[in-house]
Amino acid sequence: MSGLDALRQTFFLECSELLEALDDGFDILADADPDAGIDIEVVNAVFRSVHSIKGGAASFSLDTLVHFAHGFETALDEMRAGRFVPQQSDWVVLRRAGDHLTDLVSAAREGREVDEGRSHDILAEIDKITGGAGRELERVMPPAMPSRETLATPQPHAFAPMTLDLELGGHNDTRFEIGFRPRHALFENGHDPVHLFRELETLGDMSVSVDVSGLPSLAELDAHAPYLAWTLTLRGTAQRAEIEDIFEFVAHLAELSIKELDDDGLVPAASPAPAPAAQAPQDGSGSKETDLHVIPTSSSPEPRIAKSVSPSKATVRVDLDLVDDLINVVGELVINQSFLSQSISDAGLAHETQITAGLDEFKTLAGQIQEGVMSIRAQPVKPLFQRMARIVREAAAVSGKIVRFETSGETTEVDTTVIERLIDPLTHILRNAVDHGLEPTAARLGAGKPAEGIVRLSAEHRSGRVLIEITDDGAGINRPKVLQIAKAKGLVPDDAQPAASDVDRLLFLPGFSTAEQVTDLSGRGVGMDVVRSAIQKLGGRINIQSVPGKGTTFSISLPLTLAVLEGMIVTVAGHTMVVPITAIIETLKPVGVEIESVSPGCDVVRVREELIPIVDVGRVLGYRSPHEKRAEHVLLLIETEQEKRWALAVDEIRDQRQVVIKSLEQNYGRVIGIAAATILGDGKIALIVDPEDIVRSAADTILPGASNAAGTARPIHHLLGV
Amino acid sequence: MRAAHEDRGPVVRKDSREMVTFCIGEQDFCMDIMTVREIRGWTEATVLPRAPDYVLGVINLRGAVVPIIDLSSRLGLAPLEPGPRHVIVIVLIEQCLSGLLVSSVSDILNVTEDEVQPVPNIGEASASCLAGVISKGPRLLRILDVSAALPKTRAEEDELCPA
Repeated sequence: MSGLDALRQTFFLECSELLEALDDGFDILADADPDAGIDIEVVNAVFRSVHSIKGGAASFSLDTLVHFAHGFETALDEMRAGRFVPQQSDWVVLRRAGDHLTDLVSAAREGREVDEGRSHDILAEIDKITGGAGRELERVMPPAMPSRETLATPQPHAFAPMTLDLELGGHNDTRFEIGFRPRHALFENGHDPVHLFRELETLGDMSVSVDVSGLPSLAELDAHAPYLAWTLTLRGTAQRAEIEDIFEFVAHLAELSIKELDDDGLVPAASPAPAPAAQAPQDGSGSKETDLHVIPTSSSPEPRIAKSVSPSKATVRVDLDLVDDLINVVGELVINQSFLSQSISDAGLAHETQITAGLDEFKTLAGQIQEGVMSIRAQPVKPLFQRMARIVREAAAVSGKIVRFETSGETTEVDTTVIERLIDPLTHILRNAVDHGLEPTAARLGAGKPAEGIVRLSAEHRSGRVLIEITDDGAGINRPKVLQIAKAKGLVPDDAQPAASDVDRLLFLPGFSTAEQVTDLSGRGVGMDVVRSAIQKLGGRINIQSVPGKGTTFSISLPLTLAVLEGMIVTVAGHTMVVPITAIIETLKPVGVEIESVSPGCDVVRVREELIPIVDVGRVLGYRSPHEKRAEHVLLLIETEQEKRWALAVDEIRDQRQVVIKSLEQNYGRVIGIAAATILGDGKIALIVDPEDIVRSAADTILPGASNAAGTARPIHHLLGV
Repeated sequence: MRAAHEDRGPVVRKDSREMVTFCIGEQDFCMDIMTVREIRGWTEATVLPRAPDYVLGVINLRGAVVPIIDLSSRLGLAPLEPGPRHVIVIVLIEQCLSGLLVSSVSDILNVTEDEVQPVPNIGEASASCLAGVISKGPRLLRILDVSAALPKTRAEEDELCPA
């Protein structure tokens, strides 16, 4: 990767953090009590985010992005100056601008073309709500921006340079003295002072002098160490912020001082700086030593920032592939460790205390490393939720409904891959919630509800899994209509009278869509069945609860990580298999009398007066013929989504331990009844059972009676185990 | 392997390909060397439930789960009774690793396009997995179409609906 590519990547990474900060800031500002006035620190933070994006974008000549960010920033600057106090309705526009900025950034990252018309429209809207003040400013600012964009090959630009308005506190003619002493790291990161100087030159007349006093004699010279310092004098119409912009990416890699000189060449007592612009996101780094931090003249002391932007810890950005590689290696280490234990015990050395103690230590350490590496992968769901907030906003705008989006548990940490793969299902559910879940405003008012509909998204950890809930306070599922459609489509027999919860679950059937009209939002041929299968692929379950007139809740329960699993090692017809412990409620070893046969091939076990159907895992997986008599066995009691209990029959329980999940689908494909594979201590592969899938295929093939017992007809029993 | 390289002599034509030759029972086959990742001895495989007959199971290849295919059975010949003398050829097709169980691996050959003849249409079950035949001296070499020989589960998986 070339230096520029790396830089570009860093810029986009930073952008996503800045956009997150922007979203945060907007959340705080929009929810704040309008009477209490605007929290200026939050506005500053928001402004800085947009400004930093603009600055970075300019260095990569991303003109469209720069232009839009500039207009947006101008409006925020107005807000900062107290000239523009956004009303409730204005937030829609500001949010839209924030969303559009996100779009532009991702378009720039992917090198896509963007719709400039939309930028224009949104800027016009901003212009309207800020009362045109922004426009005025924008007319003043452009000379600076295009000149930045044309740093390599100056070309004539559309904007003729014009004198700056005094309102900005600028001078017609400014002189700056810039002291610049790069540190080693600056060169290491692929920067070159000459590029910076060339860029500076575009701002006005410049003279450069180099200070070679630091240069040692040739004998002592370290070819890799920087010894030079430069003093640059810039005369022209440049503003301090523009100079700071140029040095933005290197400010923490060099000693930098920018002094404004008055016409006599003296430093004025107080320089009226327009913006504390160069407060780059990496505030904690070296930039604090420089003169770059211009103290805002108008506002209160700095520490209050902590309130709006939660205290940031030092972090590193790591390529996800590296983490994945590490996880794989650690997985191997754990396997290797158990392999070693086994060999030692096979060799009859287990009684050697020293070896055993060392081995135990090894086991603990390996476990700690594994845990640590896993936690690297875990990420808070916050960015996901912010993305979803946007989906809801857009859905609300398209459907013309007033929606309040509430989130909770944003700090809940989930495996990165899980977060990524949740985007599509959540988007779909939320769009549905807004489009179909919430009633139109008139209907809401008619039902005595407030016009504003509420959609809530929450995440929490619950007993080793992550629970994500999407709730709306709409009309709930229209069960008669669902049933009618299901009958019309032949999904259930005409005479079926399924229970209410079974009707709700019909929504998950492939090809089911209740929308009479295909709207812009949902009904694009992707149904809830796709959502369900996406969740299942993550090892999760989805459930639906609905109360007529009150609303609908979708609950998604997911494993914390996709990489390890607490498993019970069992044998099934001579094969070693793993059953996820989270699925098992209890294990029991039945005495003969507790098992009764309801019909041939369909046994039930009586557990505390409850009759629970038995599913023979060996038979479902085809390891044993249906007629073979079960040998001595153990029952694992599991509960499916519908709170139905099943007993899985296996031959014996051997062990309980953490296993590393290995994909079967990567090199082979999906196997019915099997969730994944793992590697055991002896290096052999064991298959991890998917209990729900086992029950489902048992219901399909072996226990046709089970579905009838539930009072429903055939297609519904697909849903039994889900 | 080095010996094989030296044997092929100075004349290397541009359109030639290197082929790994192997046998299954009494029959000789070959496949493009570029698909072959490694060759290893037989290890006991973990049986996959409800898999086609020719899928013997999966093995642990340095942490990756790799399915093993009994080529003999796949090509409609008598299934091999896997033992320590047999060999697993690990192939990489479309980013997926698979292991092919064969009787033995014999040689590396240089084959030019004009030596390859179409598969005679004799309605043999294995014909669909062959990309051509080569007549080299007394031997008839069948060119294996590796991707055709692999189970199709992967392709179907995308459309697979859990309900």
